[in-house]
Amino acid sequence: MTTNSPSEKRLEELREQAWKEGVVPGKGVDVAGGPIPRKPGYYGQPVVKPPVWTWEVPLYFFMGGLAGMSAVIASAAVLFHHTDLARAAMWLAAIAGAVLSPVLLIMDLGRPRLFLNMLRVFKHRSAMSMGAWILSLFGACAVPGLIALELHAHQTFTGPLDQLLRLAVGLFIFGSAIFGTLLATYTGVLIGATAIPAWFSHRTLLPIHFGTAGLGSAAGLLELLGHRIAALNFLGYYAAGVESALLIWLSLDKQGAANRAIHEHGSGWLIRIGEVLNGPLAIVLRLFGLIPFAAISFLTGALVSRFGWIWVGKISGSDPEAVFASQH
Amino acid sequence: MIGEGIQSSNQRRHSFVKDHVEVGFFTDPSVCIGCKACEVACKEWNHVPDDGFNWSGNSYDNTGHLGASTWRHVMFLEQDRQKGNQIVGSHSLGNGDGEDPFRWVFVSDVCKHCEEAGCLEACPTGSIVRTEVGSVLVQNDVCNGCGYCVVSCPFGVIDRRPEPLPDAGGAFKCTFCYDRQKSGLVPACAKVCPTESIVFGRLDDLRARGAVRVQQLQQSGYKDAQLYDPTETSVRGIHAFFLILGEPEAYGLPPKPQIPTIYLKSAWTSAFATAIASIIATLMAFAFFS
Repeated sequence: MTTNSPSEKRLEELREQAWKEGVVPGKGVDVAGGPIPRKPGYYGQPVVKPPVWTWEVPLYFFMGGLAGMSAVIASAAVLFHHTDLARAAMWLAAIAGAVLSPVLLIMDLGRPRLFLNMLRVFKHRSAMSMGAWILSLFGACAVPGLIALELHAHQTFTGPLDQLLRLAVGLFIFGSAIFGTLLATYTGVLIGATAIPAWFSHRTLLPIHFGTAGLGSAAGLLELLGHRIAALNFLGYYAAGVESALLIWLSLDKQGAANRAIHEHGSGWLIRIGEVLNGPLAIVLRLFGLIPFAAISFLTGALVSRFGWIWVGKISGSDPEAVFASQH
Repeated sequence: MIGEGIQSSNQRRHSFVKDHVEVGFFTDPSVCIGCKACEVACKEWNHVPDDGFNWSGNSYDNTGHLGASTWRHVMFLEQDRQKGNQIVGSHSLGNGDGEDPFRWVFVSDVCKHCEEAGCLEACPTGSIVRTEVGSVLVQNDVCNGCGYCVVSCPFGVIDRRPEPLPDAGGAFKCTFCYDRQKSGLVPACAKVCPTESIVFGRLDDLRARGAVRVQQLQQSGYKDAQLYDPTETSVRGIHAFFLILGEPEAYGLPPKPQIPTIYLKSAWTSAFATAIASIIATLMAFAFFS
């Protein structure tokens, strides 16, 4: 074979080497097998595109879950006359859900200036569109709900104005609880309804995990803020119990190459470490009465597993064999 | 013989946009010579920026894959198979003892413009729309770069353009040269294709042409020639379909592409169940432990 140009020569060299040794490592070089490529698919190139999302998105998943389920706890606290707990929970809901979550989501956009375009259309078949509306409506309920609750608690007004305020508290906090449960769970739908094999193969598990992790995080953070009541302890047990069951489900649900990123890659280990922290470990710590440690363990697990799920999506999306296996 | 009896519309003006005629690309690797003129024409016409030159070592393909700044991608496959009725010899790197079947396959990959498009369904801004000719178009000035279309495309076509390239942050893919089509022009890639490996025209004409071509090739010894047009899956067919030799996997094409919206029902069911369970658990917690 005639080799005139230096690149042509280099290609020949690499192929000879690949033919002999199988894989040729090196900077900018990506040759495996030779002369016929041995990588899966087309030179091992991804078949679907891995997510472009960075740290803002898993942190948003965590904040959204925390905020949404805080509003649920706040509603129950209002119903059962735990005013101080309701106030703390609504502060969490407003700070995490109406301030931090939108900021994180906007930061993640490729063009943050155009964030309002999210509300140009309403598309029920797009979980991203639904999420933008859920987050907006949650904020629109949580902030006035918090203001009304604080005004009512401080007895700023009296007479019929205070009656009106009580009505507003009920309406807005109930509204934020409804949108809150969706805010905490839709993120599982968001990544579950995609072309990424490790995600869509767990589309039923993901909303349960994200929602329940949000509930446990909200209860745990309120406990850390000093609200050590039996109701929150029960919610801590409930959330950790569900998460333990999910850990078993996830570990048993092996689908071969299709979701191998979860079972064979470091990102999958990150998910499972997170699930141990907010599942069995949180239960054990609670049983020993170490409630603050149980809360910290749960919150850490909830955060870590969110990062694990985004990371696993990047690995799974880059793996052509996972896509092929999920379609065979 | 090639394209016999079927007129291509590659070099003629047309009024498909005005007449709302569904159009498509039929890409036929059996006549592709790997010249990459389509890649160049696409970049030139659409002002697609240079996204860096990486020497891949993967045959003569340094383009790699479709993406935000690569809307046409000529694949270079080297396969240890016979090409049609070719006489098999020994190639330079074989062990030299006996026959080493070898063939090149070149094929120009592009956005498939799905009948049911994952990117279009996923887009929360309404930036991605369906045009009069059935193609899927990203309106660059509306896109805010949320990245959801990227993970919703079953073919891994659309991507977000990174800094520091021009118009960074938005999602980009093949426009089917909608601007050219509105003026009655043929998409740039098809216009320049010297062998008419890329054929542009009415979708129904192209499907007929594809079926004829597969028959011709099979009669000439290309036993593994087939059309890649997933009409049986939830994608319900594609506007840019391909003739392929061998299995779709070798081309990085998913064998059974699905639109991710089919997963919505089970995922939302799970979300609503979790929402209700969380509310009940919270109410119970306060009712029994207060």
